[in-house]
Amino acid sequence: MHWNELATALFGPDHGLQAEGALITGTAIFDGQPMAVIGTIDHAPIGVELALRQARAVLDLMAQHPGRPLLLLVDTQGQQLRRHDELLGINRAMAHLAACVDQARRRGHRVIALVYDQALSGGFLATGLMADACYALPAAEIRVMRLPAMARVTKIAEERLQALSQSNPVFAPGVANYVAMGGIQGLWDGDLAAALRQALQTAPREDQRAALGAERAGRRCAAPVIQQVLDAA
Amino acid sequence: MDIGLESMQWQLAGQQPAGDFAPVLVGVVGSGNLEVMLEPLPGADCEVRVETSARGFRPIWDAVVADFHRRHGLAGVRVSVNDMGATPAVVSLRLDQAVAEWRSRQP
Amino acid sequence: MNLSYSECSARERLAALLDAGSFHEWLPPQARITSPHLAQLGVPSSFDDGVAIGRGRLAGQAVFVAAQEGAFMGGGVGEVHGAKLVGLLRRAQRERPRAVLLLAESGGVRLHEANAGLIGVSEVMRAVFDLRAAGVPVLVLIGGANGCFGGMGLVARCADRVIISDVGRLAMSGPEVIEASHGVEEFDARDRALVWRTTGGKHRYLLGDADALVDDDVAAFRQASLDWLHRPRPMDLAALEAEHTLLAERQRQAQGCDDARELWQRLGVPEPASVPDLEVAALRPLRPALPETP
Repeated sequence: MHWNELATALFGPDHGLQAEGALITGTAIFDGQPMAVIGTIDHAPIGVELALRQARAVLDLMAQHPGRPLLLLVDTQGQQLRRHDELLGINRAMAHLAACVDQARRRGHRVIALVYDQALSGGFLATGLMADACYALPAAEIRVMRLPAMARVTKIAEERLQALSQSNPVFAPGVANYVAMGGIQGLWDGDLAAALRQALQTAPREDQRAALGAERAGRRCAAPVIQQVLDAA
Repeated sequence: MDIGLESMQWQLAGQQPAGDFAPVLVGVVGSGNLEVMLEPLPGADCEVRVETSARGFRPIWDAVVADFHRRHGLAGVRVSVNDMGATPAVVSLRLDQAVAEWRSRQP
Repeated sequence: MNLSYSECSARERLAALLDAGSFHEWLPPQARITSPHLAQLGVPSSFDDGVAIGRGRLAGQAVFVAAQEGAFMGGGVGEVHGAKLVGLLRRAQRERPRAVLLLAESGGVRLHEANAGLIGVSEVMRAVFDLRAAGVPVLVLIGGANGCFGGMGLVARCADRVIISDVGRLAMSGPEVIEASHGVEEFDARDRALVWRTTGGKHRYLLGDADALVDDDVAAFRQASLDWLHRPRPMDLAALEAEHTLLAERQRQAQGCDDARELWQRLGVPEPASVPDLEVAALRPLRPALPETP
């Protein structure tokens, strides 16, 4: 879905969001209350620059509008694969962005994330997966790696991976797999504004994703293993 | 070719049970390598269990395990192996290393 | 006697880093808490899923520790591996040891269970932040042959402090991945010198991405851990603003710069050409002044 179409569905045609390069920011009015929106568009690769621009927006929100809810709109092809970014320490810039999102939650901002198009590996870690809860549109694409590439790296036949992915959500791309594993809280289908309203009310503030993955049977080991560590003699 | 793991197990009769001891772990599961764990086992047998990614080498494992048991004659011990295509020489080396580590901890 | 950190296994590192005999492991190998996903892909599991966790003592002080085994699946984070790390961090929040030491050696998410690994890494990141907010510092030690990449490269910079050796590497995407994506002109993964000055310990130290640079020696890691044990990195708004200023300024200075030697020059490192050949002790004084961290 195009970001403008999404913004219109959520906030109406006068949504007030603006794109500048790969970054969208703005303040929308939702149910009569201001809501900050920060996101990326066009499957943007997240490099140092884009990570810092997002972090700046989160920092400004915390300084200028304490407690205002934040909606993160996710569309990224992953981290920028450039030597320049690695040289600069892209992992530090992304960790900084993650820390800013985490700090916003800690300071009482509601932080909701929505994968409205694509969410891949590293670019997703620093934003969507740091929110109170991350949701997705049913048509969204979430993955670490496509199966053909995974077949090359792991030296396991693609047909084999394809067959196994039918019964085990643990490695194959797909938004449904991330829902089953608890990484995605839920899908927004139909009335998107209603879904956002619901999310603002019900998104957990603590990290409950492992328990959710066990409950939905997509990630059965994480929660019991965490508990075993807590209980170990 | 089927890519599943191959599991094998041997139950070898021993003489003097080792009694209780803290488990011993040597090696790592990496390409051409393996990990070996020794644990106490009730009774006087030496039980060897292998999980390996290299299928179809049962006769070679038979020989390596028989040789291992001939040399060390463990009893009351379970030997567990996770193997990622190690050569017989490396397997024997790790098994010996595990036994040496275990003996070095005996009072 | 020098014991090479990079040549040790994860367990050997723990044994030599902590006070002798003080390591008490949780979910040890004999518990066989292994990955349920690898066998169907023809990969043997490891009895500890590639990470040893537990408590121990460092010069008498209670610490929690985790050590990733780089030789198993490149230290990749799978479902169980990630959950062991999360469990350790949450337990630390409850029991409040002096610090948590994370001996990281990882290529990041384990592709064989990629979705679980990715979510797992994000749970580790959140647990690290929760723990820091509760006042228990997290130190990341990097010196294994596989470096610290991908999601674990992110985790490292979410922690309070990073201690790295001159053979350690810390980055996001591996050189091979960048070369495969943008060609050999972008990043020649076989050019060892280039790889090292882009991702290696000396570079990370010169930039301030690592707090301490040590020799490839377990005793040096132990000493640096003790040095940094009581120096948490603040994580309030002011600290985040300071971090932002530093990173934005660095980005400005590095405009159009693709090589470490050029960047070192711009950052004011004296005699940047000599950096790759310098001993650790000789290199440390060359780091340009960083903003004061409490």
